[in-house]
Amino acid sequence: MILFDQRANRSIRLQPRRPVVGNPALSRITDDVARPLNQRPGLGWCACFAAAATALAIGVACVAYEIATGIGVWGLNRTVGWAFDITNFVFWVGIGHAGTLISAILLLFRQRWRTSINRSAEAMTIFAVVCAALFPLIHMGRPWLAFWVFPYPNSRGPLWVNFRSPLLWDVFAINTYMTISLVFWYVGMIPDFATLRDRASAGVKKTIYSIVSLGWNGSHRTWSRYETLNVILAGLATPLVISVHSIVSMDFATSILPGWHTTIFPPYFVAGAVYSGFGMVTMLLILTRGLMHLEAYITHRHLDAMAKVMLLTGSIVGLAYGTEFYVAWLSGNAYEQATFIGRATGPYAWCFWTMVTCNALAPQALWSRRVRTSVPALFVFSILVNIGMWLERFVIIVTSLHRSYLPSTWVMYKPTMIEVGTLVGSFGLFFSCFLLFIRLLPMIAMWEVKGAQFSDAQGAATHG
Amino acid sequence: MASAYLVATFAEPRALVEAVTTIRAHGFKIYDVYTPCPVHGLDEAMKIRRSRLPYVTLVAGALALAATVAFEFYVAVFDWTLNVGGKPDNSTLAFVPIAFEMTVLAAGLATTAAFLLRAGLFPGAPAKLAGPAVTDDTFAVALRWRPNAFDTGEARHLLLTSGATDIRQMVGDL
Repeated sequence: MILFDQRANRSIRLQPRRPVVGNPALSRITDDVARPLNQRPGLGWCACFAAAATALAIGVACVAYEIATGIGVWGLNRTVGWAFDITNFVFWVGIGHAGTLISAILLLFRQRWRTSINRSAEAMTIFAVVCAALFPLIHMGRPWLAFWVFPYPNSRGPLWVNFRSPLLWDVFAINTYMTISLVFWYVGMIPDFATLRDRASAGVKKTIYSIVSLGWNGSHRTWSRYETLNVILAGLATPLVISVHSIVSMDFATSILPGWHTTIFPPYFVAGAVYSGFGMVTMLLILTRGLMHLEAYITHRHLDAMAKVMLLTGSIVGLAYGTEFYVAWLSGNAYEQATFIGRATGPYAWCFWTMVTCNALAPQALWSRRVRTSVPALFVFSILVNIGMWLERFVIIVTSLHRSYLPSTWVMYKPTMIEVGTLVGSFGLFFSCFLLFIRLLPMIAMWEVKGAQFSDAQGAATHG
Repeated sequence: MASAYLVATFAEPRALVEAVTTIRAHGFKIYDVYTPCPVHGLDEAMKIRRSRLPYVTLVAGALALAATVAFEFYVAVFDWTLNVGGKPDNSTLAFVPIAFEMTVLAAGLATTAAFLLRAGLFPGAPAKLAGPAVTDDTFAVALRWRPNAFDTGEARHLLLTSGATDIRQMVGDL
């Protein structure tokens, strides 16, 4: 009986069912969201931005040196031709997936709790895809010729691109993903820009908001079409998000390298992407709700829901690890088996076991509600997720390449400081962009939160 | 050209939907409703028909799909054949991912463009506001006033009994 009472109390603490704490008046929502845009930044924000900008500067210096000198400054060799750069690429593309999942898939499932976190998750998607696109670009060695990846009429034949190559599929997948995410993000902000325009006094800000709000005046005829547009974009983005990481996984799966040549890759990569993306969203939201004092909008309920998604996807990833080993054994293929035994016992075994601990074992702690509702615990966990998922890509790429069919080609790979600096720089770019975003743009979708305030009264017809 | 409007404002959406239903039942035509967030039930109350945007999505997507597959086929089979691991020139399955991506891209961009065109939204467009707070916390109904065809007294009465907090005449452009 006592046990029952405790559980009941805890579930009361987890309420409310509304996406926002309390029931703030509509103008209060506008004030709360617009406040950070009109204030001077706090000390916490300045400190974070200084750190991020420093990391970005390190990255810029490393990339400049690499472009000026050539990719020989990286630790790559003939056997391991892909390592840090492609690991970073896959890692950042994966981070982006949570944003689209929250903004598109949860909209289609009419999950109202998404309303106060979807804007920042979408922003995160865009910044993550920018970071991701950087790596194949600089890996080309001559990034000023990057436009050669597009099939345009040229004076070399015309020499077309090879449409049968998964690397080209990737070009199209990433570009489409980036464009549609940007459009979705901007379209979602138009009504909020209009709100900001109408509360700004005349000046530069008002002029900018007037231009970007496109003359929005809240007409219901426009709202009606607008909601149709949002559902269509969400419907398009949903298969897109699944296709992007599936195609990224095919960069590996269509090759004949043991450890890469496997049909489990697309679903396994998508689950891993959602897992790492939610890790990053959780980390960012825990930071922002503190920095921007938005605890009433980004509640324990949001953190709890995100933790549940991580528990699910982390467990799928763990299952995939097991399946890979099982299939290697079942296949009877000596090369496949050697690769997997090498992963768990070879020179990179520490990467493998750290990955298993962070991705498959650590999320099991999330079965406990106490962990899911503890902000410090979730913050630590979100860092573990990021470490684990970065290592997963490193393990897949490097341990498969460094010892494949021919023992005479076996080598070790070690990153150089330039590669580490470039990775640090990509984190700097990501966090700088995100910190600027929370200062300059409405980081909570005001119109969606306002709409969600009334959807209880409007019965089952809740909007997304 | 400036016109005259009767603009009634409401503090919350339920009264607004009720007012729109009442006013229409009495034969008045609603010019438009202005709200800070989408209000459900207004589509039915205003008798707005379903948006035709999905057709734009369908047509743009189908065209992009056909064009991409045709282009990939032309490049790989006619214009520049490449022997890749002895695979056939017309490896149609390998054309699927890019065709899919282009379909989504074209459909998304075309639908967004059609929406912006239809709603008259473009950078620098003047914001024709029915009131100072319709993008913040106020809900407004606008009726277009026409001489001799509009009983202002009755409209005011109906709106007030439905819960309007303020009614005013407005000359301008909406």
